[in-house]
This record gives sequence, C-alpha cells and structure tokens, in this order.
Amino acid sequence: MMNQATFVYTEDFKKYKFRDDHPFNQKRVELTFDLLKSMNALNDDQILAPRKATDEEIKLVHDKAYVDAVKRASVNELPEEEGLEFGIGTEDTPIFDHMHDAAAQLVGGTLTAVDSVLNGDFKHALNFGGGLHHGFRRKASGFCIYNDAAIAIKYIRQQYNYKVLYVDTDAHHGDGVQWIFYDDPNVCTLSIHETGRYLFPGTGNVNERGHNEGYGTSFNIPIDAFTENESFIEVYKETLETIAAYFKPDIIVTQNGADAHVFDPLSHLCCTMEIYEEIPRLAHKIANDYCNGKWVALGGGGYDIWRVVPRAWAQIWAIASQGGAPFSGELPKNWVNKWHEESPVTLPTTWHDRSDIYKPIPRKEEITEKNKILVNKLLQPIRNEQKYMM
Amino acid sequence: MLVEEIMSESVITLNPTNSIEEALELLNKHKIRHIPVVSENNQVIGILSDRDIRDAAPSILEETHNQQILLHEISSIMTTPVITVHPLDFIEDIATIFYEHEIACVPVTKNNQLIGMVTEKDLLYRLIQLTGIHEQSSQIEVKVPNKVGILPHVTKVISDRNTNISSVFIYPYQDSYHEKIIVLRIQTMNPMPLIDELKQHGYEVIWPNIPGLSK
Repeated sequence: MMNQATFVYTEDFKKYKFRDDHPFNQKRVELTFDLLKSMNALNDDQILAPRKATDEEIKLVHDKAYVDAVKRASVNELPEEEGLEFGIGTEDTPIFDHMHDAAAQLVGGTLTAVDSVLNGDFKHALNFGGGLHHGFRRKASGFCIYNDAAIAIKYIRQQYNYKVLYVDTDAHHGDGVQWIFYDDPNVCTLSIHETGRYLFPGTGNVNERGHNEGYGTSFNIPIDAFTENESFIEVYKETLETIAAYFKPDIIVTQNGADAHVFDPLSHLCCTMEIYEEIPRLAHKIANDYCNGKWVALGGGGYDIWRVVPRAWAQIWAIASQGGAPFSGELPKNWVNKWHEESPVTLPTTWHDRSDIYKPIPRKEEITEKNKILVNKLLQPIRNEQKYMM
Repeated sequence: MLVEEIMSESVITLNPTNSIEEALELLNKHKIRHIPVVSENNQVIGILSDRDIRDAAPSILEETHNQQILLHEISSIMTTPVITVHPLDFIEDIATIFYEHEIACVPVTKNNQLIGMVTEKDLLYRLIQLTGIHEQSSQIEVKVPNKVGILPHVTKVISDRNTNISSVFIYPYQDSYHEKIIVLRIQTMNPMPLIDELKQHGYEVIWPNIPGLSK
C-alpha cells in the first residue's frame, strides 16, 4: 500500500558545514526533525535513511572536471587559483574537509526522496538536507556545491518520461536550476524571489522565459523588497495555479528555502509563518490534482535556523503527512526547553507569529501593486494563448 | 571602450537605386530598423530608417493602396548626409551622438568605407554589462565623502573578506559636490558582515536598508 509521506533524514547532513560562523547551517534539519519527533508527529516507518549519490549521478548535471576539483579540495589538494575558477575556496563556499562526501550525501538524500516517490512507496517525500539551487554545472556558488535539485530532475527525466514542475520559493532566485533546464521544454521552472536589484544572484527577471525549445517554460517573479504575507501569497497562488494548469506536470519538485521571513538576516522580505503554511498547502493540492500526489519537497536557504526554519519545514511535513492541515497553537514545550539555552535568540512558543514582530511597511500598497503588475506581465503569454484557444 | 569592440561587422546594405519595396522586405526579414545606403565603392551616402519608409508608404487606412510608391528608388527618401563614427571613437561619444541628434544608429567608417554599425541596442547591452548584473552577485550602495583615497579603502574592506567585485559605479549623491555614492556588485550571497564592517568604518550603507524594521 502506498504511504502518505516520508521524511529523509540522517545526522550526517550536518557534515555539510563550511565554517562555524557560516550562515548555511544544517543544524536546522536536526532542529526540524527534533521538533517533529518531540510532538510524536514522525514515526520510525516514515523516516528514510538516505543513500549517498554516486559520481555518475552527480555528473548527470556537473562536469567531470568540477567534480574532480571538489574531490581534490576535500583532501586539500586543490591549488587556490584553480579552486577559484570553480567557485571553490571563496567566502561563500570555502573549502572544508570531505566536502565532496558531505555534498554527495545531500544529493543522495534528494535522490532517496525521488526514488521513494518514483517507485510508489510514498506519495510525497521530503529532504530538507537538499534544495541547493545555486550550484552550476562547473561552479560552486551561494553556499551550494552540488545542485541536488537539478540532479534529481535529470534523474527523474532519465528514469521516467515525466514532465517536471520545479517550484522555488526561496528568497533568492533559483538560478542554477533555471539555467540547467533553460532549453528543456519538459522541465518547467517557477521561481518567486526577492528582486535581484540588490539581492544575490541578481538574475530572475520576468523576461527570462527560456531558450529555444524551452522558451516559455521558465517563469520568474522578482517580488519587491519588503513584500509581506498577503502579496506574497497572492503572487504565489496566482502564478502556481496558472502555470500548473498550463504545463500539466507529472511530478512536482519544490524548493522550500525559508529565508523570505522577516527574521531572516540575508533577505529583505517581510513575510511571517503564514506563508509557510500556504506554500506547502497549494503544492500539495497541485501534486494531488495533476501528479497523482507525486511531490518531492526539498529544503534550501533559511538562515534564522532557530526561530524560522524548524517551524517552516515542520509545516511542510504536517501538510504532506496529514493530508493538508498545518500545525497550530503552541509549540511542544519539551522542544523549546531542550534548545532554548543553545539558541542565541529567544525561541518562539507558538506555530504562528504575532503581527507585531515588525513595524508596518510604509509603502505596502505600492509594493503590492508592483508585484501584481509583475504577475500579469509574467502570465500574459499563457493568458493570450488561452484566449486564442477559446 | 572603443567603437570597434562593440560594432556589428556584418551589415546589411542597399544601393540608392534599390526600391522602397526591397528595403521594406529587408527590414522585415532581418528585424532591423536601419539600412545604410552605399555607393558602388562602399561609401555611405545615405541611411534609411523604418520611419523613413513608414512616412513614404501609403496609409493602411486608405482603401486602395497606392502600390506605385513602393517602386520608387530609395534615394528619394533616404536621409543624407549621414552621421558616421570611426572604429577608434569611444563608445561614450556614440552615446552623446544618440542623445544630441536623437538617432538610434550610426554607421562606422574607416578610410571612407563602411565597416560596421552600432545601434542603441548594442550600447544598452554594454551598459548592462558594465553594471555587472550578468554575474552572480549582490549589490550594495555606499554613501561616502568625495575625497581622495575613499574608493581603495572601501574596496580593501571587501577584498580583506576574500570577496570578488564584479563592478563598481560612482555617481554624485543628489546634487552634492561633497558626497558620492559607490555602487558595488560583489560576488557573495552574504553581504551582511561586509555591510556591518563598512558601517563600523563610518560609511553610510544606503541600500539595502531596512525601513522601520525591528530586525
């Protein structure tokens, strides 16, 4: 019998660690796992231990020369100059011992999730160790070494002839995945992110629509800095519903970066926990409506690892495993008590955020209007086509 | 940067005796807006824009199109004389020409021979490249006093953090002579430690700013 959902987890995810003070910290996966465990929301038969990705699998996306460079960096045998050519040894992706193994473990986690959905063991599979969407064919960047999301999509395309819809709600543009599938009409990418006017990586404009055969299957909404819940959710729902109806995917892969929250130190968006209930709720519905439930959910960014990420990702599990209802009310006290000493910030005690965690944004109406204009611009070709068909 | 670095060398041309109809076909086929008109020895003697043709073409509102017009020679409607540039001119010069003469294209000539073309679009493309946006990066804007030694100091703060700079722009702060804005695109996803350090050095980082936030 097919089970609802599986949670891919190993403590080894934490070995993907650049430096002690580096913002990318996989302890957030442990905190999420522990949060679910502490409220008995995760049974042992729902947990999958991940395999490690093989070199062949990694090379579905990445160049051999790049993989070799990462391997040499892992044992400290990569000259600095050569490393920089591959984006290795920079401030964002510094070299650390066994970085190849650690990165291959994250990819393996995502492939384990994909396998469990493809072979029908589970309808939905979650791997919060993955979602490293900035990795390029031959370049590490933005904290990402191997692009597990892109590898997973190639893997799906190789195993089955499924049409894949990739939905990226990280605050940063999902550029790695977009460029890798930019000319592939069977992979549709949708990225909703803070405008690249200031934020890394700078790309992700509405006019990046794909290339050659893939033209029309790349979608971007670069929302304004200081966008809040209401506008974010409106943009998300309208674009995802329209694009899913247009593309009709066979499977969806979501990248659930949790850095659009107002507490996140790296972005300038002003959302709260509300969006992290709505994001998986609609992804779940789209998966059920179009894909017989086939949904692979990945992690991604998320740099407030104490107050934001565990709650945000736990809600994805709530919706995936319970068929649509998010958690509400108080957080389990034993979880808060267990971690509050280690946390440098005061831990939240409820699933929802109070509305006064930030001061009102002065230009809310203009921001909302600007985002709405973007959505119309983005969806115009689809709507024109629909009009023409009628 | 020189004109020869950005000009396109494969130029579609016409002779003055070609018909307006032929010109129209070329414009549509190649999706271009200007055609230089050259003499037999490849000297530029005129230029034809899509507007020149539109002005000459019969109105689409007229019931019976006067097709005879399309058979006229283009020499009858081309613009002449033509503003041209030299391959060793600077691209800033072209920007000035476009701005002052309100045109969008110049032929490039050397020894009185046509060797290339530069359009508004080529220039805009370079401008976009100058902003560094084509490389993965974050942007910060720093307000600094307009005096000697500030730029190397700001960039040293960045290089000390092993972070590469994709591009630098400097422009005046409003109308002030005493202050400038330095716009930097830097190759990191996490500019926060850098921003903090620049602030500690007394610089004002004016963007990204966090208005009214208790972050």
